[in-house]
Amino acid sequence: MSTDTATKKRDEFDVEILDTVGQPLLKDQAEVKMAARGCDVFYADHQAIFGVDLDIGKNEIIAMIGPSGCGKSTFLRALNRMNDTIDICKVTGDLTLDGQDIYAKDQDPVLLRARVGMVFQKPNPFPKSIYDNVAYGARLHGLVTNKSELDDLVEASLTKAGLFKEVKDSLLKPGTGLSGGQQQRLCIARTIAVDPEVILMDEPTSALDPIATAIIEELMDELRHNYTIAIVTHSMQQAARISQRTAYFHLGKLVEVNATNTVFTNPEHKLTENYITGRFG
Amino acid sequence: MNKSTQIVEAGLKKRYAREKRFRMFGLISILISLAFLVVLLTDIISKGYPAFQQTYIKVDVTIDSKTLGLTADSTEDELYTASYSRIIRDSLRAKFPEVTDRKQRRALTNLVSKSAAYDIRDKVIANPSILDTTASYWFLAKDDVDVFMKGNIDRDLPEDDRRVKDYQLGWIDQLVAENRLEKRFNTVLFTEADSREPEQAGIRGALMGSLFTMLITMFLAVPIGVASATYLEEFAPQNNKWVDMIEININNLAAVPSIVFGLLGLAVYINFFGVPRSTPLIGGLVLALMTLPTIIIASRAAIKAVPPSMREAALGLGASKVQTVFQHVLPTAMPGILTGTIIGMAQALGETAPLLMIGMIAFVSDVPQGILDPSTVMPVQIYLWSDSPERAFTERTSAAIMVLLAFLITMNLIAIMLRKRFEQRW
Repeated sequence: MSTDTATKKRDEFDVEILDTVGQPLLKDQAEVKMAARGCDVFYADHQAIFGVDLDIGKNEIIAMIGPSGCGKSTFLRALNRMNDTIDICKVTGDLTLDGQDIYAKDQDPVLLRARVGMVFQKPNPFPKSIYDNVAYGARLHGLVTNKSELDDLVEASLTKAGLFKEVKDSLLKPGTGLSGGQQQRLCIARTIAVDPEVILMDEPTSALDPIATAIIEELMDELRHNYTIAIVTHSMQQAARISQRTAYFHLGKLVEVNATNTVFTNPEHKLTENYITGRFG
Repeated sequence: MNKSTQIVEAGLKKRYAREKRFRMFGLISILISLAFLVVLLTDIISKGYPAFQQTYIKVDVTIDSKTLGLTADSTEDELYTASYSRIIRDSLRAKFPEVTDRKQRRALTNLVSKSAAYDIRDKVIANPSILDTTASYWFLAKDDVDVFMKGNIDRDLPEDDRRVKDYQLGWIDQLVAENRLEKRFNTVLFTEADSREPEQAGIRGALMGSLFTMLITMFLAVPIGVASATYLEEFAPQNNKWVDMIEININNLAAVPSIVFGLLGLAVYINFFGVPRSTPLIGGLVLALMTLPTIIIASRAAIKAVPPSMREAALGLGASKVQTVFQHVLPTAMPGILTGTIIGMAQALGETAPLLMIGMIAFVSDVPQGILDPSTVMPVQIYLWSDSPERAFTERTSAAIMVLLAFLITMNLIAIMLRKRFEQRW
């Protein structure tokens, strides 16, 4: 393997990435939750993502890493059509959820986003009470029929997000009054309350301190049993700690996808190695 | 101490001096503006406060049915048309029997306002049994008496330079001695519309006119303005040349002289659509046009200031675009939208120029009851009164300015309270 790998490693300055190395596609296609085939994303004339092929498996955490501006966030936002809000942004290629094309004409973006939830870099609770924050999505989609069901849902979601104990006496206080870490868990609770199938996380802990980060990482590990999670992160330690697979993006191209410990211990691609050893990025 | 520290230290004094100087300029300009404001308010209030009092005169009146040509069987119509002014005249003559000169007799009748006859008429119609009785009644005094009683006519001036002659002074002195002249709170100012007689002139007509006009303006300009701003900011395609052109035009409209809107109103609303002139409806329509750009620009700025993270949060949970806008963006932008609305409405309230063109600069002696009655508005009323020669209108002009300012402050307070309520939602 070592000689094989050595020949595969390309030159450090070679940014002409022809094919993704590693295992972007899962062997057992029944395990695939979301899949991208030849996905390109354009901002007007500027191409941000070049032909990405990637499978995201059921109940796995896949981490996307790469230097700033490499397109990992753009790719993540393409997965629940968040890019639709930007007029000049165009997505081509196939992106599927459970085998269905999410960019198909008859695919409703609202329904898609109910199935593929998102947690953002900066905690963004609504300027409403903690209770209303969590209840918002359920109310929006009419998931509950009465108050006691809603109460239960709010409690269950906050419990899953590991926040309930801390806020059970102040559910009617503003969500914006919580600490940064609590706000981010509130946002996770809010996302869980809609009962999505996939949760996309865009650098969810980059604005948090190490303790809050540890709590959220622990939480993600538990959530993995019920949800598929795709996370973009700048912290390689975080990717190493929480994910099962890691995807490395470079200049809009998917360079390498492998099991996380393979990527961090024995990267196949020279660019990946340079990045994780801190030579750039 | 190294070299750069020395340079920094050498420059410090200059920097602080500059800062101090700047703060001084700020303070001075605020003090100057405050001084002007104080001078302005003192002037208005000192001139205007006497208008809130009005002189009344007590006259013993015998309601003689013979003079009126009435009997106990007279119909209401006859009661209504009888000449009550004669009774007032006779009562005053009876009070001062020594006056025989024609000119002086006419002056005598003019101690009391012409409204006295209507007061008696209304009393007789309400209760015909007071016919042929004698009683004391309080009537509005004529404006000259009122002005004298308020000390605005100097009795030391030579008689020829005075509006109130020596014989009139004698009567007034006698009436004062008998406690027949009294200053009371001027209710007429708040219950009546404009009149040629200063003592009967009130601002209620203009106040109601302004109120109706503002309501029309608000109900048109606020929804249309906020809807346009929301569409342009949230839904319109970005970087579209049509949208850009609309934007530029809206910004230009904000700078168009207001009289142009009046011309537009005249040409389009009155001449083309046949909206009745001089009414709060047409006034409101024209002022709404004028206010729209202000509201749209302010609302767009407020909507633009809503953090994108809030939209993403809602969209990410599966809210539709419209739900995101109505449940999150607009409530968050509401304080800013209300600020724009306050500015626009305050501007509209004080506007006269566009109303020139649509017939709202008019003498209207009835209080408008709805949006289709002829009416005038507060600033126009102030202008009309300031143009009147009678001395008594001077104080009413200032009083009307005070009422206009009170109207404005009330309107702004309501908007600020609303804004506070929205802001309290964290």
